[in-house]
Amino acid sequence: MTQTRYYRTRSPEPEKEKTGGGGGTAMRVIVPLQGVVQGRGGLVLGSIIPCALFYFLQFYLKRNRADPDDKNESNSTSQNPTTRSPSSEHLTELPGLTRSLSRALLSPRNSGPVSISARVSGIVKGGDSPYYMGLKRVKEDPYDELDNPNGVIQLGLAENKLSLDLVKDWLAENAREAILGNGKELSVSGIAPYQPFDGLMEFKVAVAGFMSQVMENAVSFNPSQMVLTAGATPAIEILSFCLADTGNAFLVPTPYYPGFDRDVKWRTGVEIIHVPCRSAENFHLSIAALDRSFNQAKKRGLKVRGVIISNPSNPVGNLLNRETLYSLLDFAREKNIHIISNEILAGSTHGNEEFVSMAEIVDQEDTDRKRVHIVYGLSKDLSLPGFRVGVIYTFNEDVLAAARKLSRFSATSAPTQCLLISMLSDTKFVRTFITTNRERLQRMYVQLVAGLEKMGIKSIKSSGGFYCWADMSGFISSYSEKGEVELWDKLLNIGKVNVTPGSCCHCIEPGWFRFCFATLTEKDIPVVMERIQKVLKPVN
Amino acid sequence: MAIEIEKPSSVRLSKVAISKTHGEDSPYFAGWKAYDENPYDEIHNQSGVIQMGLAENQVSFDLLEKYLEEHHEVSSWGKGAPGFRENALFQDYHGLKSFRQAMANFMEQIRGGKAKFDPDRIVLTAGATAANELLTFILADPGDALLVPTPYYPGFDRDLRWRTGVKIVPIHCNSSNNFQITPEALEAAYQSAESMDLKVRGILITNPSNPLGSTIQSSVLNDILDFAAHKNIHLVSDEIYSGSTFSPSEFVSIAEILRNRNYKDAERVHIVYSLSKDLGLPGFRVGTIYSYNDDVVTTARRMSSFTLISSQTQHLLACMLSNHEFTQNYIKTNRERLNKRYDMIIQGLKKAGIECLKGNAGLFCWMNLSPLLNEPTRQGELELWNIILNQVKLNISPGSSCHCSEPGWFRVCFANMSEQTLRVALQRIHKFMEQRKVCSVNQ
Repeated sequence: MTQTRYYRTRSPEPEKEKTGGGGGTAMRVIVPLQGVVQGRGGLVLGSIIPCALFYFLQFYLKRNRADPDDKNESNSTSQNPTTRSPSSEHLTELPGLTRSLSRALLSPRNSGPVSISARVSGIVKGGDSPYYMGLKRVKEDPYDELDNPNGVIQLGLAENKLSLDLVKDWLAENAREAILGNGKELSVSGIAPYQPFDGLMEFKVAVAGFMSQVMENAVSFNPSQMVLTAGATPAIEILSFCLADTGNAFLVPTPYYPGFDRDVKWRTGVEIIHVPCRSAENFHLSIAALDRSFNQAKKRGLKVRGVIISNPSNPVGNLLNRETLYSLLDFAREKNIHIISNEILAGSTHGNEEFVSMAEIVDQEDTDRKRVHIVYGLSKDLSLPGFRVGVIYTFNEDVLAAARKLSRFSATSAPTQCLLISMLSDTKFVRTFITTNRERLQRMYVQLVAGLEKMGIKSIKSSGGFYCWADMSGFISSYSEKGEVELWDKLLNIGKVNVTPGSCCHCIEPGWFRFCFATLTEKDIPVVMERIQKVLKPVN
Repeated sequence: MAIEIEKPSSVRLSKVAISKTHGEDSPYFAGWKAYDENPYDEIHNQSGVIQMGLAENQVSFDLLEKYLEEHHEVSSWGKGAPGFRENALFQDYHGLKSFRQAMANFMEQIRGGKAKFDPDRIVLTAGATAANELLTFILADPGDALLVPTPYYPGFDRDLRWRTGVKIVPIHCNSSNNFQITPEALEAAYQSAESMDLKVRGILITNPSNPLGSTIQSSVLNDILDFAAHKNIHLVSDEIYSGSTFSPSEFVSIAEILRNRNYKDAERVHIVYSLSKDLGLPGFRVGTIYSYNDDVVTTARRMSSFTLISSQTQHLLACMLSNHEFTQNYIKTNRERLNKRYDMIIQGLKKAGIECLKGNAGLFCWMNLSPLLNEPTRQGELELWNIILNQVKLNISPGSSCHCSEPGWFRVCFANMSEQTLRVALQRIHKFMEQRKVCSVNQ
């Protein structure tokens, strides 16, 4: 999917046309070396230089071993090389362009087809992961209680439809004024021209307020530290571009949201190193595991630039507790790396556990704020994925400056911002929405978990998100990814239920599945259970 | 690989983040900053800087406002809000079919029906900025090159190069033939790239041209396409100003060229479009890629996940652009008003003794101030630009920021202000020219 990291990189220098990075690199070696030779630098440099030279040699050897023109070579440094999926929460695809049309446009070619970049040719040929195929199946044959009772039920999409009615009602009453002039200067001539790419200030203020409300006012957000983007997807990518160079890596605890593979790695050339979490610890993040992965990366010559955590997590639904967050910050400080905290589901917690934002942790500790960056968005908590509103929230001035400039490639739409300014500023509406939404999520969660339990399927206790993370390893024919995918296939094609197999999320233990419940109504639950029951054949 | 000796406390950013390839240190952007700090206002700040460096179209807002007033359903979801739920949840990177259909129709209308567009080949992006970057990611690898005729839109330095790591190699055009692209210039650029060991992946043209404000002739388009076919490279045609031609008959789209040659070589052609200029809606963030290459369409679609258009905006615009009466009237009226503005500024400049390139499209004119330069160099041009910005208080864009090989040319935008403000600007220019005549007489 992504191009092998061993292609020649050239820094984008506007004036000079360098044909290689050798000159600059050499100088950066020679200057400190001279310092050491002249007696400056002491012990530190004296030990770093030989180590660095060793890594340099390794890197040089690796670079000359790999063939940068092999378009079929996938990025094989991750632990799960099989799925080269473009998976995302929302991707659906029509059966493909009509070939007849394209044939009409093609002529006999002279010197072979004109080639697209190596970077993307893997994407075009890439196979589809179960995650992606499942979404497609649902689209082709969607369940409907009345019109299509035998259709496929969607449990593979982390979308929340439970409280859309509340938003709808608000809009029915307020939308028009909201977009085109609610007493402010928001007429067409106000919203149509070029706006700041990183979002209207009034909108940032409204979003900051919303974020605060969603996190129970435990922390306040400063609108001037925000960059708004067209969804959380570009927010993650922009941060990856800002914090890491091509060939660097982020540590990401598994299982993780399948979209990260695309968002973090695709165009940036940055790697993800899996930090496995295990069922024995209820898939909670362990700092020891982080440390192990960091060291392994170092041995492989990979430079780790940061850790990406999701809190609440996807697909498990865990919350990271205060102690873990503090330990994580200590770890980041020790290794001098960044923390990206994806808190897009902060408002979708249910149950009794306390949600703690990374913002709250650094609030009290001024020193390390520069390494913490929060990602948020309205796609989950407000059920508005179509409106494309994402947030980068950072304490780092340099990241803010860079992200602001990069937001031009992924800016939010002005009329949408105007519409939402009114909605988010309506604190009464927001309060009602958050509370009601949480109650409904809790209700659905409890019912789903109970239903699965009755069939002998246990889930991890989760306090956030629209899904439960269930252990079906007792029902797979072989304790392997293959066995897991076979079960997934049966569930999809026989049971007509689309769930997400753990392998798509790079879970190290086979047999775990993510069941999303927030696209269903309560009536659908028994139907789902019946269908699953039909498929299961317990393995003794 | 560099050996970094890091300060223990500072956590580093990437090369992309600290790179200057965003280009915002150039005069092009410095002028905007000057405007931001001291913006002209008819009533409150008459001595402020008049913004003539921003290619925005404000001449036809009233038409949009009238439409939205009369069509409530477009900007809201009314009682019962039919379709809201689907719209709010819709994040399919194919985009709303109704919107793509409306865009295809609009693009056809602009071209007077001389080209047909298939909605399934339209990929939606949040603005043409994103579309150009996306295509660059898809067509070229880091270190490769795109050939771009000069002078070109300053934003390309950022959009095509910054995150992609791709280089721009200029196709030099000059005033001897009204800055038209010639086969010799194309070949020279290609050779230049080869001599720098750069692999050329495509040509990117803007038609109508920014900053020239003129359309590319049919014969030239054919030459460019032949050249691309001969070298087996891509051709991207940024037609963002296609609806801003003063007369409909003068613009020839690459789509038309392809149709005339039965779509031979089509698989290397990609068109970029947007509503930011023709419809004056840059804040809405609506751009498109139209490609005749299936692989490019598929990949662009997937990559557009990073830059989707708000479904609410798609819904709003689908309604508006499907209204044939509205679009026809808008396109026609907009053209007339731009033409009128263009005439006004050309006459005004002529009276002041300034000549411009003969233009027929766009939101700006290409003004020749080379006679005024102290020295016929980039330095001389920047000195003059500084005077015009800080003394005359007009923000215009120097040709050097557009990589023009001849010093002394400036891009002057005329559609982003009221007629009154334009008059003020012309008065200031007139006065400035008068003063210079007096000075030169006295020397």
